[in-house]
Amino acid sequence: MKDKNKIQKIPFILIGFFLALSMIGLALGEPTRVLEQAKSICLACIGIG
Amino acid sequence: MQSIRKWVQTIWIFLINGYWAFPFTGNLYQGPLKVICSPGLNCYSCPAATTYCPLGSLQQLLGGIRYSLQTGQYYLGTFVVGWMGILGATFGRFICGWACPFGLFQELLHKIPSKKYSIPKAFNWGKYLFLLFFVIILPLVIVDQFGLGAPWFCKYICPAGTLEAGIPMVLLMPDLRSTLGMLYVNKIIILVGFIIWSVFASRPFCRTTCPLGAFYALFNRFSLIQLQLDEDACTNCKACHKVCPVEIRFNETPGSSECINCMKCASDACTFDAIHLAIAGHRLGAATKKHNCLGSSKTPA
Repeated sequence: MKDKNKIQKIPFILIGFFLALSMIGLALGEPTRVLEQAKSICLACIGIG
Repeated sequence: MQSIRKWVQTIWIFLINGYWAFPFTGNLYQGPLKVICSPGLNCYSCPAATTYCPLGSLQQLLGGIRYSLQTGQYYLGTFVVGWMGILGATFGRFICGWACPFGLFQELLHKIPSKKYSIPKAFNWGKYLFLLFFVIILPLVIVDQFGLGAPWFCKYICPAGTLEAGIPMVLLMPDLRSTLGMLYVNKIIILVGFIIWSVFASRPFCRTTCPLGAFYALFNRFSLIQLQLDEDACTNCKACHKVCPVEIRFNETPGSSECINCMKCASDACTFDAIHLAIAGHRLGAATKKHNCLGSSKTPA
């Protein structure tokens, strides 16, 4: 029978992994590029470019 | 519970589309909040958008990866994938059911009285193919003379982008109208197709096409917050099958990647307290509403 009170570790491992990934992106200055893109109109996204 | 969900969905629309000065400025929001990841599918070229679309940003970064490496910058998409992963690993597809504007749009369309049809299960694989090819492979591999790839999903498919950005921006900026061509017509046809399909089938875009839903679906079984089945309490009355908007059999496939965690099964169907919210495997408390179980004459165990 399953132990219903057992804490699942996988979500914490996954969150930690992706947090590390985002920190790498942060260290490489990727948010600046993301912000640049998001500030301008993406003509391709709206079906023009 | 379902009215709470509708409120939460509505609040999310206004949180991620909070720039209502665009009719006066004639442009989209360009402030610093746009470095925040939108959990649901919400085009960042929508004039009211205050966050970035993870899918759009990821495609742009992957498409520009050669150029960025050549110029000594390492924009590999780790920041965007990192945030998508944090959201996915925490909430799974709760985001689809509770925080996606285009999901709510389809739900409202489905309320229009008509004959309702199911969607063949094989179509569910489509969204994974769109994620793999249109979001990752094609922007990376097919490049122009400058080494830049295109955001394939946004450019050729995304009906959310057409609805939230394509139509409003063309209305807002008359200069853009002279540049409209077959690409725009193609996107309008796709949008109209999904609008009509949504009237007759529940959430067709989420189930067959959405790459963001496909990404979050990978985490549904492992996410921090989940809907769980208490097998001891389940009587297999099948009431949860009848209310599910994405046609899954929750008691047979708990943690299904197709489940959008709308909790309709818990709140509107199960009377046996067999479906509940859990954080890291710990039950949060009864999420069910007591009333007669649909199609069952059994008494609660």
